[in-house]
Amino acid sequence: MAIEVIKPGLATSVQDAGRPGYYNIGIPLSGALDQYALRAANLLVGNAEGAAALEATLLAPELVFRAPAIIAVTGAEAAPKLNGEGRPRNESFAVKAGDRLSFDFMKVGARTYIAVAGGIDVPEVLGSRSTYALGALGGFAGRRLAAGDVLPVGTPGAGARAGRALAKDLVPTYPKSLELRVLPGLYFHRLTDESAKSFFADTWTVAPEADRIGYRYRKGRPLAFRERKQPFGAGSDPSNIVDAGYPYGSIQVPGGLEPIVLHRDAVSGGGYAMIGTVISADMDRIAQMQPNNLARFVAVDMDAALKARAEYKARVARLVASLQ
Amino acid sequence: MGAIRYSFGGDEHVFAEIDEEMSLEAFFKGMAICTELQKRRIPGVSEICPSNASYLVRFDPDVIHPDKMLGTLKEIEAKLGSADLELPTRIIEIPVFYNDPWTHETLMRFRERHQDPNSTDLEYGARINGYKSVDDFIAAHASAPWFVSMVGFVAGLPFLFQMVEREKQIEVPKYLRPRTDTPKLTVGHGGCFTAIYSVRGAGGYQLFGITPAPIYDPAQKLPYLKDFLAFFRPGDIVKWKPISREEYDRDIKAVDAGTFDLLIRPVNFSLKSFLGDPGGYSRHLVEVLYGH
Repeated sequence: MAIEVIKPGLATSVQDAGRPGYYNIGIPLSGALDQYALRAANLLVGNAEGAAALEATLLAPELVFRAPAIIAVTGAEAAPKLNGEGRPRNESFAVKAGDRLSFDFMKVGARTYIAVAGGIDVPEVLGSRSTYALGALGGFAGRRLAAGDVLPVGTPGAGARAGRALAKDLVPTYPKSLELRVLPGLYFHRLTDESAKSFFADTWTVAPEADRIGYRYRKGRPLAFRERKQPFGAGSDPSNIVDAGYPYGSIQVPGGLEPIVLHRDAVSGGGYAMIGTVISADMDRIAQMQPNNLARFVAVDMDAALKARAEYKARVARLVASLQ
Repeated sequence: MGAIRYSFGGDEHVFAEIDEEMSLEAFFKGMAICTELQKRRIPGVSEICPSNASYLVRFDPDVIHPDKMLGTLKEIEAKLGSADLELPTRIIEIPVFYNDPWTHETLMRFRERHQDPNSTDLEYGARINGYKSVDDFIAAHASAPWFVSMVGFVAGLPFLFQMVEREKQIEVPKYLRPRTDTPKLTVGHGGCFTAIYSVRGAGGYQLFGITPAPIYDPAQKLPYLKDFLAFFRPGDIVKWKPISREEYDRDIKAVDAGTFDLLIRPVNFSLKSFLGDPGGYSRHLVEVLYGH
C-alpha cells in the first residue's frame, strides 16, 4: 500500500509521538505539534496512539491512494473531500485505490492530521519516524513532502474500520483568541519591572514567522531588560546570556522586540534570555494558532501547571477509552 | 562562582545556572552533575543537557514530582567532590581552511549587517583583539586547543571555548543583525565561543573559515560517524589545523570517496592541572594528540 503526493500543501511532513533523548546534541523532540489531534487521528483508524501520520500546515495536501485504506482527518477545520465529495472530519472513512483526497482551506486552526490505518511506514531513525527538517533527519527523506513523493503505508491493525467517530465533547475547539499559561522563571528577573507587567498585560498577535521551531508574537510593547555589565561570554545586548539550553515552550525575546515560544523542532540552545515557559498542557493549543490569531500570556504557578496537565491527561484518557 | 541558581522551565524542565559568566570551572560543575544524573537512570528523566555555564533537565512530572526532581539535583550538587574535576575525553584535530572563498563570499553578501562593513570578519576580529595582521590572528586562533562546552542550537553543532587565560581569549560581537545564510561547516566566532555550523542556515557569528570535515550526517558515511550521526560531545577537546586550498580540495575528495578520517586520541583532562598552568597543559594536550 502506498500514497502518492499530488500537491504537497504548504508544509506537510511525517510526524509521530516524537524523538526524545537527543536534545543534548541539538536534535529536538520533533513529532506532531498537536499531540492530541495526532492521537485522535490514529485511534480512529485503529493505530497505536503515537503512530506516524501526516501533519499539514495551513494548506493541506492533495493525495492519491494506490490501494484501499481506512483513513481519518483531525485537527484544524479543513473540510476533506474524496474525489471532490465531502467527507467528515473526526471520523474514519474508507478510500479505494485511485481515490483522490483533497481539502478546503483551513478555516479555523493551523494543523490538520491525516492518519492511515497501518501508519506511514517510513524507516525509524533514532526511535522515531518524525521529520526533523533542519537536520534532514527522519520522516520521508528527512524533509517536508514534495509532489511526486510516494509514501509507504504499514499493515493495518485488526481494529481498522470505517465509521468510527470522535464523541462531540472530545473534539477540541480552536479559538482565534486565547490565553496561554506561562510559568515565569529562567531569566524573568532580567526584565525591568515595567516589562514584567506589560508582557502579561498586552495582547500579542501571531506573526507570519510561526513554524515548528517556534511561534513568534508581535504587537505587544517592546520588553526591556535591566541594564548591567554583561557577564563574560554573554554577548553585548542586555537580552543576551551565556548560551544555554532552551526548554520546550520557553519564551525568548531577542532584542526585547518579539517573543518567540519554542515548539517541538526547537533550536536546543542559544544566547537569548528566556523569561518563562508555556506549560505543557497548552502546547497543543499553540500548534493550532494561525498567523494574526491573538494571545495573552497568563502567569501561573507550578501547582496550577500540574493541575492543567492532569486535566489534559484526563481528556486524553477519555479519548483513548472512547475509541477502544 | 556562587551557589547554583535553579529555575523550573514550565512543568517539564529544571534549568540550573551554574554561573552568569562563562568559565571552564562552571562547565565542569554542570558536566559533573549531568554525568552523575545520567548514571542514576532516574525514571521520568528524558533529556540531560550540559551547556557552557548551565544545564537543562527534562522530566515527566507524572513520574517524578518537580520538587523531587529539584531535590535530587541539589543533592547531587552537595555531594560533588574534587574527583569530578577529571574528565576522560578525547582530543581531535580539525582541519580549517581559514579565509576561504566560500565564507568570504557569504560575509561580503551580508556586509550591511556587520559592525564594520569596510573590512572582512577576520580583519575586524584581528583589529579589535589587538593583532597586527590577519595571519597573527589566525595563528592565535589555531595555536591553543579548544574545549567543547556545549553541543546544540541545531543538530551536532559544537560551541568551543579557547583554552588560554581569560585575557588572551578571542572575543568578538555577533553580527548586528543575523545573516539568513551560512555555508555548512563554517568555522565562526561570537562572544568567546567558536562554533562549527553543522548544517547550512541562519547565523550571527563572525566567519573565519571552513572545515572539510563533516560533523553531522544522517547517512553516517565516514568512519568517525559510523557510531553516531553527530560527532561532537560536550567535553571533547579540539585542535585546529590550518590548511591550504590544495589540502582542502584533497580532503573534500576523500570525504566524497568516503575515506576521510580524523586524528582522534584519548586523553584524561584535569581541570586543576590546566588552571595551574594553562600554557604548559595545553602543550601537553597537543603532545598527546601528535604522539610525541
